[in-house]
Amino acid sequence: MRDTRRTRIVLAVLLLTAFTFITLDARGGEGSLLDRVRESASSVFGPIERAAAAVVNPVSDFIDGITSINSTSDTIDALEAENDELRRQLLTAPLDQARLDELDRLLRVSSLGDYEIVPARVIAVSAENGYARTVTVDAGNRDGVKRDQTVLNGDGLVGRVIAAGPGTATILLLTDPEFGVGSRLAASSETGFLQGNGRDQLGLELYNPQAVVEEGNVVLTLGSPNGRPFVPGVPIGEVTNVIATPGGLSRLAEVEPFAQLTSLDLVGVVIEPPRRNPRDALVPPTTGASPSPSTSPSP
Amino acid sequence: MTVGRVLLSTLLVVTAAVVQVTVVNRLPLPGAGPDLVLLVVIALAIVVGPTAGASIGFAAGLLVDLLPPTATEFGRWALVFCVIGYLAGQIQIDARRSALIVLGAVAGLAALSSLLFAGVGLLFGDPRVSGELVVSTTLSSVLYDLLLAPFVIPGVMALARRTALNPAAL
Repeated sequence: MRDTRRTRIVLAVLLLTAFTFITLDARGGEGSLLDRVRESASSVFGPIERAAAAVVNPVSDFIDGITSINSTSDTIDALEAENDELRRQLLTAPLDQARLDELDRLLRVSSLGDYEIVPARVIAVSAENGYARTVTVDAGNRDGVKRDQTVLNGDGLVGRVIAAGPGTATILLLTDPEFGVGSRLAASSETGFLQGNGRDQLGLELYNPQAVVEEGNVVLTLGSPNGRPFVPGVPIGEVTNVIATPGGLSRLAEVEPFAQLTSLDLVGVVIEPPRRNPRDALVPPTTGASPSPSTSPSP
Repeated sequence: MTVGRVLLSTLLVVTAAVVQVTVVNRLPLPGAGPDLVLLVVIALAIVVGPTAGASIGFAAGLLVDLLPPTATEFGRWALVFCVIGYLAGQIQIDARRSALIVLGAVAGLAALSSLLFAGVGLLFGDPRVSGELVVSTTLSSVLYDLLLAPFVIPGVMALARRTALNPAAL
């Protein structure tokens, strides 16, 4: 042991400082001094992360490609056909094509829902040992991104903006336990509250205990006043499991998100909410169980 | 701490933290991945001792707390890494004898950092921390940190020793 009196004093002072910071941060609301510290940190480190991501992204794209094949291994036939298709794509224009497709779907969603979006790419991801599920994207204040805006991709809801620096923004993913969103079942008027819980599935609580809900039902965002933090009509996911709660005051169900949150790349931040509620216009047509609505949005 | 060591520590910690969020966390690893900053703090502290180790850990923790996409309280990782740096500094003499001691220390300190972080969260009512998650996160972090330690710790220690122009100046 090479402990001296001085060492102990230094340790005690540092621990006390850290504890004070945590207490101040846990108690201080929005716009506190620490919030401003964090904001200036993001203006310093945002560019560094952007630069690092520019180097890293081709590598992570390759890894994402491998794992997305793994995750669909249960449908071997479909996979084989897809594999051939993918191989052909890989030979020609691998990354650009995938990115173009992704952007295409994002634009389709934004035009169907009449959302005005800013496209952004994920440049940094939070560590899982910190328990929070957040990502940094390369769009910020300069692009019109502000705190409490909806973030989506071509598949559905991704999360909401919790902090915006000049060129980067931090997004709370919908699987984070602190994430909650008012939601609605497609093709019905049943409303409820959807929450992340740190796992891949989300928990849905429907306010009507008699609500009819079954596997395959699509869940959409209900929408917040003025579209912040959530614009209405964004598909969130599909009900995978209805939990029996006899005599309960609400209905509980598990929802699998449409967006693949473990391999996020291109996302869109909704900077302007739609003038009219898109209702069920964005329900994906491929999900068989839901009654398919007429996808042509009424003028 | 010599000026060279301060510069080296800063460079290594910043690099580790940035690589962590832009590369390591994006790898689709099952469970929580390795913690590069933790490994760098341990390696530096073994060379520089407990006083400087605690300071390096504190500063590294503050950086992790600030680096986007952070969502945890400012100071939480600082508290954890401060303790880690202090404890890692205690083992410096033994480390020259055996690599196994370092690996054992990495396992113990990785588990401690995960549990301390969760513990502070419980103390301040963090809704994200739950028992089952803490267990799986701790186990997987220890495993990944052990796997990565042989590639990170010897290099960082060698660099830190090389900048030791005056080993007595701590």
